[in-house]
Amino acid sequence: MNSVLTPRPLVASAGEAGSGGSVGASGPVIELDKVTRRFTSPEGKVIQALRDFSMAVRPGEFCAVVGPTGCGKSTTLGLIAGLARPSAGSVRIDGNPVVGVDPRIGFVFQQDAVFPWHNVLDNVSAGPVFRGASRNEAVEAAREWVRRVGLAGFEAHYPHQLSGGMRKRVALAQTFINRPDILLMDEPFSALDVQTRSLMQDELLQLWSSHRAAVVFVTHDIDEAITLADRVFVLTRGPATVKTVYEIDLARPRVVSEARYAPRFIELSRQIWSDLRDEVTI
Amino acid sequence: MKQANSLALDEEIAQIERASVRAIRARWRLVYALRVGVLVVTLGGWELCGRTGVIDPFFFSMPSQIAHQLWVWMNEGTSQGSLWVQVLVTLEETTLGFLIGSIMGIVCGIALGRNRLLADVFSIYIKIANSVPRVVLGSIFIIALGLGMASKVALAVVMVFFVVFGNAFQGVREADGNLIANAKILGASSRRITYSVVLPSALTWILASLHVSFGFALVGAVVGEFLGSRQGIGLLIATAQGAFNAAGVFAAMIVLAVVALLAEFLLTQLENRLLKWRPVQFSELAH
Repeated sequence: MNSVLTPRPLVASAGEAGSGGSVGASGPVIELDKVTRRFTSPEGKVIQALRDFSMAVRPGEFCAVVGPTGCGKSTTLGLIAGLARPSAGSVRIDGNPVVGVDPRIGFVFQQDAVFPWHNVLDNVSAGPVFRGASRNEAVEAAREWVRRVGLAGFEAHYPHQLSGGMRKRVALAQTFINRPDILLMDEPFSALDVQTRSLMQDELLQLWSSHRAAVVFVTHDIDEAITLADRVFVLTRGPATVKTVYEIDLARPRVVSEARYAPRFIELSRQIWSDLRDEVTI
Repeated sequence: MKQANSLALDEEIAQIERASVRAIRARWRLVYALRVGVLVVTLGGWELCGRTGVIDPFFFSMPSQIAHQLWVWMNEGTSQGSLWVQVLVTLEETTLGFLIGSIMGIVCGIALGRNRLLADVFSIYIKIANSVPRVVLGSIFIIALGLGMASKVALAVVMVFFVVFGNAFQGVREADGNLIANAKILGASSRRITYSVVLPSALTWILASLHVSFGFALVGAVVGEFLGSRQGIGLLIATAQGAFNAAGVFAAMIVLAVVALLAEFLLTQLENRLLKWRPVQFSELAH
């Protein structure tokens, strides 16, 4: 290996990542313990997405997950969200096994998942309405969140009348209005252009800093992962397992457009990329 | 200087816009003129052929005879009473059949679309039932339900059901998995997802099927009347047929076409109201 870029001891092995060693006194809020996830195709063929996958996320911690395409990153989120069950191993939230969709969870999808038949206000108030709040209360809260994501004046617009970035803001408001303690994000900004993406990353960091949810942020963009996260999990190619965990010791609050020029950032980026390269090249 | 430049630019753009508006209008005038031309040539040719004996007006009638028949029906009534009563009877059967058939179709389509097992079990039977020529069932309904309204409504229901069912089912199946997952995580119950996510997703499909199925309901009602009834446009056609009155058959056809066009118009209005969240087609110029 290049002598200048020798990996620092902050690189932990896959086995340690899920164990209690790296976890603070309060205990992990999300815990995946030797999880395996298999899919059975309609023809009965079995595809393995995750194998002996272990990770733990502390309360209020921002974790990013990077890995080669199709390695099973999204599968991980589905398991934590309770949309799917592990084939083996266990997924726990606050120490309790996940049996369904937990109300403390928020999920931001890669594709547009805002309801096209609702206007902005109705989209944002959907969560509270689904959870039994009165319409007035929900709309009141939604107005506040629409304002906070910078969409005041667009309350009556339908999603197709908004730009991709604005739709993402709607999705963020829709998720944050439920005040999730656990925030799962599946390549949420990958469809946006570069400028909009860095604006949205800033926006996300700001929203996150006010409520400090535990975040699992799946991305294929190493720079995005370093910019946002406290820890970056690098996965192997599928069936995925945790290869290395990096502590991102960049100071907060971070400004997205500037953070990427810090020497430490570049060093981390180079390390993670060289780590990931072995998995990508086949 | 800059000011003058931009003013000149504005003026240039305004000129281009005026010219393109003129071009669009001219094009539409041409289209309307050609449409009228086609109508005149067709009807005129028909009339001419009839009058010169190229075709026999006894069998194929002529536009003037049809117009006369319509005028007589409107002013003096038909052999079975006022024309408006006949229209109303057929319309009532059609509408009832349409409503019952669509609601049944939507409910069954969504139920099967949301339940994999039900869908796998019933899909084969629905395919079979759909391939049977359903008009034949009209005879069964006349035997079982008599000459009154019920047998026509039943036939219209059968005609409508499968179309709407098929589309509702497909619409539910095509509902975006992401939207459903999103609603689930936002806190929606399974029933709530059906109402708030699946139904609106399928609505585009369902409404598309309603256009076709109103026509089917009309066919069901008219064929039912044709097979045996005491009132209605179908009976009017059957009577005209029995009297070798070709003009009567054509006149009744025109009445049915007017009814169908009116219904189509109303359905389009409903669709525009319900689907106002859909993006407007920008290049759409057709009227």
